[in-house]
Amino acid sequence: MTGRDRTPLVLTAGLVALVAVAPFLPSWAVFLVTVSLAKGLVALGLLLLMRAGLVSFGQGLYYALGAYAGGVAAARHGVGEGLAIVALGAAAGALAAGVLGLLVARYRTIFFAMLTLAFSMIFYGLLVKTQALGSTDGFNVHPSTLAGLSLEGPRGKVAVLVLAALLAWGSALGLNAMLRAHVGRLAPAIKDNELRVEYMGASVQRTVHLYLVVSSALAGLGGGLAALTVGHIDPEMAYWTTSGEFVFITIFAGTGSVAAPFLGAVALELLRSFAYEHSPNTWQMVVGGAMLAVILFLPGGLWSLFRRREAA
Amino acid sequence: MGDLLAVLIDGVIYSSWLFIIAAGLTIIYGVMRILNMAHGSIYALGAYVAATLVGAWLRGGHPPLLSYGVLVAAALLVAVVTGPLVERGLLRFTYGRDEVVLVLVTYALFLILEDVIKLVWGVESYFVTEPYGLLGNLEFGPLTYPVYSGAMVVAAIVTGVALRWGIYGTRFGKLLVAVIHDREVAGALGVDVRAVFLFTFTIGIFLAARAGALTAPTVSVVPGMGVEVIVIAFAVVVIGGLGSMAGAALGSLIVGIVRSSAVHYFPQVELFSIYLVMALVLAIRPRGLFSAVEARKI
Repeated sequence: MTGRDRTPLVLTAGLVALVAVAPFLPSWAVFLVTVSLAKGLVALGLLLLMRAGLVSFGQGLYYALGAYAGGVAAARHGVGEGLAIVALGAAAGALAAGVLGLLVARYRTIFFAMLTLAFSMIFYGLLVKTQALGSTDGFNVHPSTLAGLSLEGPRGKVAVLVLAALLAWGSALGLNAMLRAHVGRLAPAIKDNELRVEYMGASVQRTVHLYLVVSSALAGLGGGLAALTVGHIDPEMAYWTTSGEFVFITIFAGTGSVAAPFLGAVALELLRSFAYEHSPNTWQMVVGGAMLAVILFLPGGLWSLFRRREAA
Repeated sequence: MGDLLAVLIDGVIYSSWLFIIAAGLTIIYGVMRILNMAHGSIYALGAYVAATLVGAWLRGGHPPLLSYGVLVAAALLVAVVTGPLVERGLLRFTYGRDEVVLVLVTYALFLILEDVIKLVWGVESYFVTEPYGLLGNLEFGPLTYPVYSGAMVVAAIVTGVALRWGIYGTRFGKLLVAVIHDREVAGALGVDVRAVFLFTFTIGIFLAARAGALTAPTVSVVPGMGVEVIVIAFAVVVIGGLGSMAGAALGSLIVGIVRSSAVHYFPQVELFSIYLVMALVLAIRPRGLFSAVEARKI
């Protein structure tokens, strides 16, 4: 393994820069960055799975679950505290993956992708059919405070952005430490050859189950954060196109660093906003084209651009 | 009793539709190991081209009975244009990459095609109900069914038999099986793997476009019609066992019957009954019903 890990330094620098400029950003940028960070959290979870060779096409399940867990608490049970909402989101994601993981952790390759897809589509169907939760329309979430401070007005939005930045920073640091620890080092080994991992005395099944719980907690956290930011949640969050977008972000950004998913999410949201602004009828084409370009010319994702510069 | 009959007939009709859609997906996966996310867009493309051509055909005063031929011709047109374009122009650069990367490539293609459709046809809906109404209705005791639905069942059976014959009864089919078993050895023995891929992909695209073309008369052709079709087709082929043609047939039948039972008896679970079956089947048989331990079949 090569020298010192500079990732914590890079992450902290990013956090400081973001928090410093946050109060001066126009409101559209505040919204865009906050939503990107929420999606980046989900993509960060996917990164962990992808290091182990697993691609979930159903992270939308945990994303929606996190949003609904936080949203229901806020809208029905009067929980007005933003921190409680995101915490509930993460807990719901982890809990669901803890149960579903008993089955899903046994699957690999395309079957893993398809089983996770099936579960997310079942959840989507359930949400659509549940009148009490607003059916296809979903419902609004209006948290009132964040760490005791009022969330009213534009300053509230900036506060949510700061929270998102802190959560992203903490999660990325945590995952970085996990990937460098014993349990994380097993990921590429599992991707390469499971049998050898078992011979070494590690349990592939339990490790994959743990990865699932961690990645789903991150997805639930992202979902809770999205509910807090957007103020509205609907079943679309569990639909397969949402899950597809998360995989998209992860591949787009590359899995080379824990900072990459956030970079990818911001890049995708920016690309989409600008494409939508300039050619509302062809923004999907622009996004699809960018994806193809990255896959064909940057097999390591956007992140590899930075890598190359470092090496030079 | 009448209820049960209705469930069965509805189920069989829906199964036929599913099989017509899923056949193209499973053949492409079986041979090329590409789970084609753009399948739904090709389906939509087939529907749009069919709607346009049949509309023009009828306005031109041509015999309406021949519009069925126009439907199939529309699918052929889509296949001949997009099949080689996509395979030669894009997919061949990605062979050898991860299966998941290939899924993402076709996902990007799906995004692009969705917008191409909107650019060409706009966002309003198209109707070509003539081929549907032309055949009239058929009565089963108290139940009435359009003959067109019966024709779909026949089309599904013909498709299944033709594909089976094509794979096991022709020289090309035998080359195909050789490529499925081992791409490299087949190539070393003189099989033109490139041509096999190109041809298979075009056939798969034709099947997808034809599914759209045959569906066009029964629905309004609107943007986004392919989005849901993708995951439903995934569910069918995964239940049956990816790449297996018999599996796709059985998967279609199971999903069709389950969905029509859900519609009749438990309407509240209709929306996700398909995925429930998919999760259950995968839980019991992790690789689908027709996944042989030996080399993959199609």
